[in-house]
Amino acid sequence: MSSSCHESGQPAAQLTQLPQVALVGAPNAGKTSVFNALTGLNAKTGNYPGVTVARFAGTCRVGDRKFAVEDLPGSYGLDPVSLDEQVLVDVLDGDGMRAPDALLIVVDATTLRRSLGFVAQVLARGLPSCVVLTFTDELLRRQGAVDVDALSQALGVPVVAVVGHRGHGIAELREQLLDWRDWPTPVMPPPVDPGEQDAWVESVLSYAGYRVAQPHGLTRRLDAVLLHPLLGTVVFFAVMVLFFQTVFALAAPLQGGVEAFFGVLSEWVSAHVTNPWLSGLFGDALIGGVGGVLVFLPQIMLLFLLISLLEGVGYMSRAAVLMDRVMGRAGLEGRAFVALLSSFACAIPGIMATRTLPSAKDRIATMMAAPLMTCAARLPVYVVLIGLLVDPAATFGPFGLQGLVMFGLYLLGAVSAMLAAWAFKKFGDRRSQPTPFYLEMPPYRLPSPRAVLLAVWGAASSFLRKCSTIIVATTMVLWLLLNLPLHSTEQMQAAGVDTADSAAVSAYVVDHSYAAEVGRLVAPVFDPLGFDWRINVGVLSAQSARETFVATLGQVAAAEDPEDPADALRAMTYSDGPRAGELIFTAPTIAALLVYFAFALQCMATVGVIRRETGTWRWPLVAFGYLTVTAWLMAYLARTVTAFFVG
Amino acid sequence: MTSRTFEQGADGRPQGEAGGGERTLADLTPSATAQVVSVSVPGSPAVARRLADLGFTPGTEVRVLRRAPLRDPLIYQVKDYEICLRRAQASCVTVVEVDR
Repeated sequence: MSSSCHESGQPAAQLTQLPQVALVGAPNAGKTSVFNALTGLNAKTGNYPGVTVARFAGTCRVGDRKFAVEDLPGSYGLDPVSLDEQVLVDVLDGDGMRAPDALLIVVDATTLRRSLGFVAQVLARGLPSCVVLTFTDELLRRQGAVDVDALSQALGVPVVAVVGHRGHGIAELREQLLDWRDWPTPVMPPPVDPGEQDAWVESVLSYAGYRVAQPHGLTRRLDAVLLHPLLGTVVFFAVMVLFFQTVFALAAPLQGGVEAFFGVLSEWVSAHVTNPWLSGLFGDALIGGVGGVLVFLPQIMLLFLLISLLEGVGYMSRAAVLMDRVMGRAGLEGRAFVALLSSFACAIPGIMATRTLPSAKDRIATMMAAPLMTCAARLPVYVVLIGLLVDPAATFGPFGLQGLVMFGLYLLGAVSAMLAAWAFKKFGDRRSQPTPFYLEMPPYRLPSPRAVLLAVWGAASSFLRKCSTIIVATTMVLWLLLNLPLHSTEQMQAAGVDTADSAAVSAYVVDHSYAAEVGRLVAPVFDPLGFDWRINVGVLSAQSARETFVATLGQVAAAEDPEDPADALRAMTYSDGPRAGELIFTAPTIAALLVYFAFALQCMATVGVIRRETGTWRWPLVAFGYLTVTAWLMAYLARTVTAFFVG
Repeated sequence: MTSRTFEQGADGRPQGEAGGGERTLADLTPSATAQVVSVSVPGSPAVARRLADLGFTPGTEVRVLRRAPLRDPLIYQVKDYEICLRRAQASCVTVVEVDR
C-alpha cells in the first residue's frame, strides 16, 4: 500500500514534525482495523531500522490537523520475548528512534480481564494514553457489558469504544486525538507486578460494571468439529484441496481472458505498426512480456481473497494449531504454515505473510524456505519440460505419468522448503533461545468486506507495480540482445542465408546475437548439466521471472509458435562443441533442467520483496546464493542419476 | 524488570505445599479445570512473565478445552478467552486440579 498520491509535495521533514501517535495492543485486539479506519488508504509499510520487523505508518487528518499514526508490533506484555516485541519496547522508550507523543491502547472488550494487565504496563510508561475499546458490539451480543465512562474513571485515562471495521466510534476517536495534550493521566500508576495487577484489574472491572461475555456457542460447536483429532484433520485436508482447486481451476478462465486480451492487443500492434523493429519491440517484448506476467494476476487476487477470508473467519489460527506439530519438526511454528501455503501460488505473498510470525528468526527461516515452494510461475516451465520428457499416454498404475512427475516436483519443493527452514533455524542463529509458542483462538467471526478487499487490492497493486517493472525491463533487454547486432542483407547472403526465408533470417540473427555470445560465455558453468547456449540464454532470462524461460526458448529456437515450442525443441541439436549434432533435450538434460528450476531463485520480484521485508540486502543475497548453488548441485545429481538409469 | 519468577502461590504459600494434587497444565486432560499455583520457566524469566501476561497468574482458574490431533499443542480457557500453548510452555505452569 503506497501513498504516493498523498505524499507528493510533502517533504519528509514536515511529516516528522506531526504529532506521533502509536497504536499498541495485543495481536488480535483489532489494531489494524483501527489503524486502517484512522489512516484510510494512505498507509506505508517499511521496516524498523536494522531489524526484520515490518513497520506500518500513515497519516490521519482531523479537520485541518494531521497526525502521524504508527501501528506498533502486537504484544501481550512489555517484557519482550522476541525481536519484534523488543522493537515495541524500544519505540516506547524512544531508544534509537523518536518515542511517540501519545499512545492509543487498543483493547478487545471481550478479553478485558486479560488485556487490562497490558494496559497497566503501558500506562506505567507515563505517556499520554487513550484506551480504544474494540469488539464492544460482540461483547453486548454475547450478553456481556461494560460502562465505558466508569472504565475511563477507574483507569484515569480517556476510553473510546469503537467498532473498527464498521467505523463506529472512529469520529469520536478522531475528536479525542485533537486533545491529546490534555488527556488526563492516572493519579497513581497502576501496578505492574502480576499479583498486584490481578487485584487492580478486578477492582477496575467491578467499578466499570464489567459482565463477562458468554462463551461463543457457535465457536465451541465449530471447534468441536474443526479441531477434532480425526474430523478436524479430514476437514483441514478438504479445505486445502478446495483451496488449490479454487486457486488453479477458478483462475484458469480468468487467466484465459487476460491472455486473450493481450493476444488481441498483439495482433492489433502487428497489423498497425509497420516498422518491424517497433512492432517486435511492442508486440513481442512489451505486450508478450507484460502479458505473460499479468496472466498471474487473477491467481494472486484469488489467493489473497481466500487467505484473507480464512484469516478473517478465524480458520487460519485453527489451521496453525493443526499444523503446529508438523511445522515444529522444521523448527517453525503453526503460523509459518500459512506463509508457506501462500507460496504455492507465489513466493511474494508468502514472504509478505511472514509478517504474522512474531519471531524474527522464524520470519527469516520461512522467507528462505518460501521460494522453494512450487509457485505458479514454475508451472508453464514444468508443463513444457515434462511434455518433452514423458509420453502423455504413459501411466503408472491408475495415474498418468506426467501428472505423477508434476506431483513429485511439488513434493520436492515442499520437502526442500521444510529442510531449508530447519537448516536456517538450526544454524542461522544458535545463541538466541527458542521463542515460546502461544496463539490466541479468536471466536469465529464474519470477516469484514473492507479488510478482505484491502488485502486483495494491496496484493494486486503491489504485484502489478513490482513485477511489471522488472518483467518489462528484462524482456526489453532480452529482446534487444536477441536481435542485435544488426546484419545487412549482403552480410547474411555472404554467410549463405536465404534472405527470402524469414525463419532462416531470424535463426541467423539469433545465432549471431549478443545473447548468443552471453549464452556461450556462461557455457563452462552449465556444460556439466548438459545445457547448450540456447538453454543458457533461457535460464539467464528466466532469472528475472521463471515463465520467461518458455517464451525465450521459443524465440531462441526460432520455433514456429513461440507459445508451444515443444515440437521444435524436441528436434533441437547442439550446434557446436564436442556434442555437436546430438539431441539436446535428452532425459538427463530435461531432468537437470526441471531440478534446476525447482531450486533456483529465478525471480527478481522475490529478491526485491525479501529486500523490502528484511530491510537489508543480506538476506536476498543469502537466498539467491544458496538457492543457485543448490540448484546447480541438485541438477548435476539429477542428470547423473537419470543418465545412470536411462543409460 | 526481567529477572522475576513467580515462585509464590496465590495466597503467598511457597510452591509445593499443595502436596500430591499438584501437576502441570500439560498433564491435564480436556475438560479438566485447575487453579494456577505458580509459573516457572528455568533460565527464561521473560517467558514466565509472558505466561503471566497471557493470564496464567497464581490463583487463576484454567480449563482445558481440547488437544490438537497429535496431542500437541493444547487449547485452554483462561481469563475469559481461549489460548493455545505448546506442551513445552504448558508444562511450566504448575496447577492444582479443582472440582467443579
